[in-house]
Amino acid sequence: MAFVSSDTPVTQTLSARAVKILVAGGFGVGKTTMVGSVSEIRPLRTEEMISELSSGVDDMSGIEDKTTTTVALDFGRITINPDLILYLFGTPGQDRFWFMWDELAYEALGAVVLADTRRLESCFAAVDFFERRKIPFIVAVNCFDNTPVYESHEVGEALGIDKEIPTVMCDVRRRDSSKEVLIKLLEHLISLTMPATVSAKESSPIQ
Amino acid sequence: MKVENEFWFDEDAGPLVRPYAVARGRTRPTRHDLEMTTLVVAVRADRHVNVDAEYAHIIRMSRRPLSIAEVSATLNLPLAVVKVLLSDLIDWGLIIFRSPPRTSDVPRTELLQAVLDGIRKL
Repeated sequence: MAFVSSDTPVTQTLSARAVKILVAGGFGVGKTTMVGSVSEIRPLRTEEMISELSSGVDDMSGIEDKTTTTVALDFGRITINPDLILYLFGTPGQDRFWFMWDELAYEALGAVVLADTRRLESCFAAVDFFERRKIPFIVAVNCFDNTPVYESHEVGEALGIDKEIPTVMCDVRRRDSSKEVLIKLLEHLISLTMPATVSAKESSPIQ
Repeated sequence: MKVENEFWFDEDAGPLVRPYAVARGRTRPTRHDLEMTTLVVAVRADRHVNVDAEYAHIIRMSRRPLSIAEVSATLNLPLAVVKVLLSDLIDWGLIIFRSPPRTSDVPRTELLQAVLDGIRKL
């Protein structure tokens, strides 16, 4: 129990706020490497218990049949300015349960889906997740040594994503490369807040 | 029936048991507005307060603003447990917090531009 006198002066104020960006993709694609290469701190790990309601719950029983599992997240931190902190969260690769972690996606600015062209299918689930939750994302192809080289538009087509979604090549071991990926994501996010100029043109009255 | 050398728990049970003991068995925080990117800071980190070790540890580490995720990682406790502890500290007036900006209450482009500028300066 805490004992605090009621006249305790508040000497602290908190003007800073935090925003988050998610880094998703298949197992071993380099999510934590990317988080670590741009983070100002060594990547940290946090975990949450996720409960999944089993299907076919007997509502007569009054007991929820739940499966609970622990999902871990690696994350890094970038102090943008004294009032704004950016957290980068790397979603767990193998674990299907992170898809049920509602708080993870809640109010995320956007996401990077890391892809490995040797096993492109491993990022399908992440693409699907962000599309369904309407979280804007870009695709970053992590170019491992001896990876077959594809044009970025070929990767976009193979993933069946919207043509407007940028696809970039990167090497997440390199800080400047990871930084470029984040810049590309932010530029994409900003472009999405702009009025659609194309449709404006189309709807303008014909002289 | 005699069962030898059989234990219904093992070392893996440790981290499961401890967190909820720390939170005195509570799994739901008194506050529901805490998220993993909610920032917290100690009101007066320098002052000695008569609280349990985990609470004291949080107060000490929160001299500067930290996210709940960072508190969780540093204490090696699940987010749910850390939210319970932080709820107590907030209720006792020892910690203040700030929620992440909402899509609805912040000029989106301005916020995104600030993040972009910050990343470019890295």
